[in-house]
Amino acid sequence: MPADFNSTPFAPLRHGSNAGQSPTRRDGVLKVTGRATYAADNHPEGMLYAVTAVSRIARGRVTSLDVATAKAHAGVVEVLTPANCPRLAHDPDVKMPFFGFRIEVLQNDTVRYVNQPIALVLAETLEAAIEGAALLKPQYAEKSARMGLDNGERFAAAAVGVGGPPRTAHGDIDVGFAAAAHITEADYITPAQYHNAMEPHAVVARWDGDHLTLDMPNQALAPSCASYAAYFGIPRENVLIRSPFLGGGFGSKAIINGPQMLAIIAARMIKRPVKLVLSRSQMYGPVGHRGQTWQKLRIGTDTEGRLTALQHLTTSATSSFDNFLEPAANASLPLYDSPAILSEHIGIRLDTGTPGPMRAPGEAPGSAALEAAIDEAADVCGMDPLEFRLKNYAETEPGTGRPFSSKALRECYSEGAKSFGWAARPLKPRQMRDDNGLLVGWGMGTAVFHCPHFPAAARATLRADGTALLETAGADMGQGAWTALAQIGAEALGLDPSNVEISIGLSSLPDGGVAGGSGHTASAGMSLHSAGKDAISQLTEIAVADPASPLFGAGNIGVVARDGRLYRSDDDKRGESYADILARAGRSDIVGTAKSMRDPAIGEKHALFSHGAVFAEVKVDPDLGQVRVTRLVGAFAAGRIINPRLVRSQYYGGMIWGISFALLEEAITDKRTGRIMNPDLAEYHVPVNADAPSLEAILIPESDPYLPLGVKGVGEIGITGTVGAIANAVWHATGVRVRRFPIRIEDLVAG
Amino acid sequence: MSLSVSITINGEVHAIDLDDPRVTLLDLLRERLALTGAKKGCDRGQCGACTVLVDGRRINSCLMLAASLDGSEVTTIEGLSSGNALHPVQAAFIEHDGFQCGFCTPGQIMSAVGLIAEGHAGDDPERIRELMSGNLCRCGAYKGITEAVLDAQQAQKSGKRKDAA
Repeated sequence: MPADFNSTPFAPLRHGSNAGQSPTRRDGVLKVTGRATYAADNHPEGMLYAVTAVSRIARGRVTSLDVATAKAHAGVVEVLTPANCPRLAHDPDVKMPFFGFRIEVLQNDTVRYVNQPIALVLAETLEAAIEGAALLKPQYAEKSARMGLDNGERFAAAAVGVGGPPRTAHGDIDVGFAAAAHITEADYITPAQYHNAMEPHAVVARWDGDHLTLDMPNQALAPSCASYAAYFGIPRENVLIRSPFLGGGFGSKAIINGPQMLAIIAARMIKRPVKLVLSRSQMYGPVGHRGQTWQKLRIGTDTEGRLTALQHLTTSATSSFDNFLEPAANASLPLYDSPAILSEHIGIRLDTGTPGPMRAPGEAPGSAALEAAIDEAADVCGMDPLEFRLKNYAETEPGTGRPFSSKALRECYSEGAKSFGWAARPLKPRQMRDDNGLLVGWGMGTAVFHCPHFPAAARATLRADGTALLETAGADMGQGAWTALAQIGAEALGLDPSNVEISIGLSSLPDGGVAGGSGHTASAGMSLHSAGKDAISQLTEIAVADPASPLFGAGNIGVVARDGRLYRSDDDKRGESYADILARAGRSDIVGTAKSMRDPAIGEKHALFSHGAVFAEVKVDPDLGQVRVTRLVGAFAAGRIINPRLVRSQYYGGMIWGISFALLEEAITDKRTGRIMNPDLAEYHVPVNADAPSLEAILIPESDPYLPLGVKGVGEIGITGTVGAIANAVWHATGVRVRRFPIRIEDLVAG
Repeated sequence: MSLSVSITINGEVHAIDLDDPRVTLLDLLRERLALTGAKKGCDRGQCGACTVLVDGRRINSCLMLAASLDGSEVTTIEGLSSGNALHPVQAAFIEHDGFQCGFCTPGQIMSAVGLIAEGHAGDDPERIRELMSGNLCRCGAYKGITEAVLDAQQAQKSGKRKDAA
């Protein structure tokens, strides 16, 4: 019988718990020996290589392709173009239900952005496929590219992010500003950013009749199966996706995209397995990115330094043909107490690939602008930035007045500040130098991230030898699902994790939900917890009804599961092992199952957020304007921590993304052609090891009595707060406010 | 056209008839010899995920043509350890959580092994950070990577061999 998990909130189990400890990664040995298998490592017999040819124009039509020359190249087997590409059962320009995107799959000759696939070359070798694609010599009928605020079409947003509100108003913003002693106003620009997971998007597709098997990195196995089935007109159960390891995802592998679809089409058409791996430069278009934003912040403060009004307007860029908008202004909703808050978005259409969710969508650019503006407001009020934030601390959710399910942000502030040494910070900028004469600055930012929960299912099988198998179609893109989910399941089963096997990353397993929104551990973890409890409950029923068991008749008193044994809850000496119970009952196993979803009432009655405080030190060369982040201290409160070792790694990674956002990464577009000028890892800068400073992540204990398992999420919060902290530290070092990200040398030298 | 080369890979001599001069060492390993530990992250020598040792030197295998390697000795991540015993650098990466998604990890580890053998870094974390900066990690596992290299270097210096955690 499936366990029901919409039960009342419960206190996390602590007794005999393995969760909360720090085992190393269960997939560690596979990963350090090169035996972890990523999608492109598969090589079925008879496989062909596919390479896409991509558009060099941003808008128009492909008028000709030299297919004959490409096909004449030795090893080239076939070339797919709109002329011969099979039609799909579902129009790829009609969005799939729940978070589908419009995609290009050679169904016509239209070009909507640079790097859109315009043909697919199939060959016996990779070398021949690459050469074949280069021989196609596309000709175009080109229209002008719309690439900026000056020529992009503005539109009223119906929704932002994933179904978020485009406009939220609390209180009367005009009244708020009228009451202000000071009004701080600032405009911020954030660039287009590309996920650039180390693993390029890849697929190995094979058909067996109308059964489709896909090796591909995938953050959303079950929804993807349903979408592929619809596109190809086959039953959903005919699609099998294997995604045991993702070489990073960051949101870009949660969505169906055109190139991978093309490889699947080709495999069906040519009746051979097909492997497609995008080149790095081909990832700057069809597989999502973080859209550009232009943000305006207005903050009203009274003579005491209290907020009277907080207004955040964002113009978010999207493509000419779809609607995903970076929900940046909503970053101003949950954090600071103000009698009036207004967040608004408008969209602008550019001739780019469609943006999508990228690690902390909305929160990252929104927090960057908000935290920098809050710093400016603190300065206007003559207050220390931490003191200013504490003055405007939200005891309940701003606007709604809902209580937070838990909020240990004060502790984050105090512990982070203490470890960083914040108290010694001079109020005015340009006051500190190091021994080498470099300018030193200290800045801070508040981190915040919401706590989504996705439906998930799981199976927990207790086996005759007393070990167990946990199964859910979860995804590990590096966050540590293999390890943390096993810890949660093992705890529910009363087993040491070493006696538990776990299987994830396979779409035929019970639907593990989506690895995104920092909600996977809470969501898939809840289903494993419930499945484990279901198995233990079935085992208990057998034991208490068996006269030969020391637990016979203990049904009313109850039993506890610990270390592979059931005990009477009133007598630690009366118990027996799972193996003995199963053996006497003649059972080879017991299968516990669960489907779980957080009770919606929890989120209706409470505001659910993780919080943190990030403190940054930068050093700036006064002559050259070169900026280095030298120290980052982040203190985070995210509910119950399943595995501190892996959680610290998530925070470090998030904080390094913050460095990247603040100082390094940016796609630079030639506005005349719409081409991205730096579509590679040499010129699109992401942090290298030498860019990563001394990092400290402090885990602030936080017990959440409402959330299932008490778990929040840790994957994305580290970026928020960090970007602003670094920008504010740059100001503190130099006295220059840079309101365009990334902060560049020329911004500082020009002053 | 066929090019015959003899390359020793992880101690085993491979007589290889290359049907195509364009084949890189990385694609030879991955697509023709089923040694998929080295990863392709950029194919341009920019990310380091394909790092292997050629005659003891760390190189980006995506930038090296297989045809140019006649008589060379190549060590890949698959050849670093045997059986269940991990190389000290591999063990240190696990212990210090020097990876998340794992895609850059074979390259990081081969780079670290090469670096330690070159003896340039000493015990200075700043030097290690600088000399490991040819290997990108988008997950941002750099802190663990630096600690792992430092730890493995010290373990090797003191002659101790650590088991995997």
